[in-house]
Amino acid sequence: MRTFRYHRATDPAEAVRMVAGESEAAYLGGGTNLVDLMKLSVQRPRLLVDVTRLPLGSVEPLSDGGLRIGATVRNSDLAAHPVVRRDFPVLTRALLAAASGQLRNMATVGGNLLQRTRCVYFQDVGKPCNKREPGTGCSALEGQNRDLAILGWSTSCVATHPSDMAVALAALDARVEVLEPDGAREIPLTEFHRLPGDRPDLETTMAPGGLITGVRIPALPYARHSTYRKARDRASFAFAAGSVAAVLDLDGGLVREVRIAYGAVAHRPWRARLAEEALRGQPATMENFGLAADEELAAARPLPNNGFKVSLIHNLTVRTLADLAEAATR
Amino acid sequence: MPEETERSSVTLAVNGQQHRLRLDNRTTLLDALREHLGLIGAKKGCDHGQCGSCTVLLDGRRVKSCLIFAVAASGSAVVSVEGLADGDDLQPLQQCFIDHDAFQCGYCTSGQLCSATGMLDEVRKGWPSVVTGDLAAGPVRLTEEEIRERMSGNLCRCAAYPQIVAAIRATATAEAVR
Repeated sequence: MRTFRYHRATDPAEAVRMVAGESEAAYLGGGTNLVDLMKLSVQRPRLLVDVTRLPLGSVEPLSDGGLRIGATVRNSDLAAHPVVRRDFPVLTRALLAAASGQLRNMATVGGNLLQRTRCVYFQDVGKPCNKREPGTGCSALEGQNRDLAILGWSTSCVATHPSDMAVALAALDARVEVLEPDGAREIPLTEFHRLPGDRPDLETTMAPGGLITGVRIPALPYARHSTYRKARDRASFAFAAGSVAAVLDLDGGLVREVRIAYGAVAHRPWRARLAEEALRGQPATMENFGLAADEELAAARPLPNNGFKVSLIHNLTVRTLADLAEAATR
Repeated sequence: MPEETERSSVTLAVNGQQHRLRLDNRTTLLDALREHLGLIGAKKGCDHGQCGSCTVLLDGRRVKSCLIFAVAASGSAVVSVEGLADGDDLQPLQQCFIDHDAFQCGYCTSGQLCSATGMLDEVRKGWPSVVTGDLAAGPVRLTEEEIRERMSGNLCRCAAYPQIVAAIRATATAEAVR
């Protein structure tokens, strides 16, 4: 591992100045991903600015029913928060489906959004990878791509975003609060992560040196009827093969409102707006849930080894919405 | 060799004892414990946060010490497996591991013990897991399924899992009875 300087920041503006002012600087949150990537020489920062002591560690329920989550809140604390469990169960379920108890105690909300793909070629400095080293090519296109994208990929990169939490936040219309060298702004979660295009090395729409200070979830009363379903190769402690976050509001037997997002299918959490549109006003039946998934997945372009993801996401969509519909009638 | 600016003074309270070290910033908490403080209970298994053999309690919470730079933990309190027992008096959890034969080679055991200690505390706080049916419900019922899920961050290559689950369950049951 390359040697580095360490600074423990106490003020967000100071942290941004330090990271923006140095080309090889990085923020250190829980470290669950970054420290590992430093051991692998995938990331080689010269300066680490530790942001875990910034005053961004609280979960604040807002008077209108929304929620503001500080960037340094640990994943386990957010998952266990009583208001999250009651009002946004999809978020608790997604957080608890991720990693292990130890890692959730370490990982921060900001770091979770900024974690890097687990594509094996990105993590292997001996292999070409456009994300790690622009212009070297994509080893995954014709290599091991079983775990990678079926939607929104380019010939430059077929990596997926690995977060579970971000998929729930995409379904909840969350907004990411960032502090950039030019000042503070909010970015919708669904626009925070980029599709790869020809610049897979650029992963977010945040300016260089930008710092996530928090996440805001707008009030959504029917989010109490929400859940997250994750399919993976073993029962626990594994990244998703595919996942679905869903929020469902029924009016009698009809779908009044629905939010759906997919994980492990694209370079960013995939908000399934076509499926949502297909379902609004329709009877909440298994058949319609399946037709809605088909609507979204018509654009899927599976890679040689991951064709199974199309039917997996289809089935997860049907099962998740059917569970929510059934729970609503109880 | 690191420049002086790439080293830091690190203060750690380990098992109740205060230590002050001057460390290369690259030193993980695991290496600080093993190589600088001579506490070799926490083990280096995968060194990538996957196997759990390096698990210690940091300010009371279970974490993987291989993915934490010691400098980032400076000022915190650490409990490693050496700090669980009170002298020769084992914690109930440790005694249950012996009673239930919850290990074979023993390499993962210190991590299992620290992880289970932290996990039982999470259960006391009422934290749900992904297999908890009702998120709003009160006290967690620590079923075998719950234990397996909550301990999934600790691998045992001898596969003593059934005995590990039994030992943890016995500890929790005895605690509930007391």
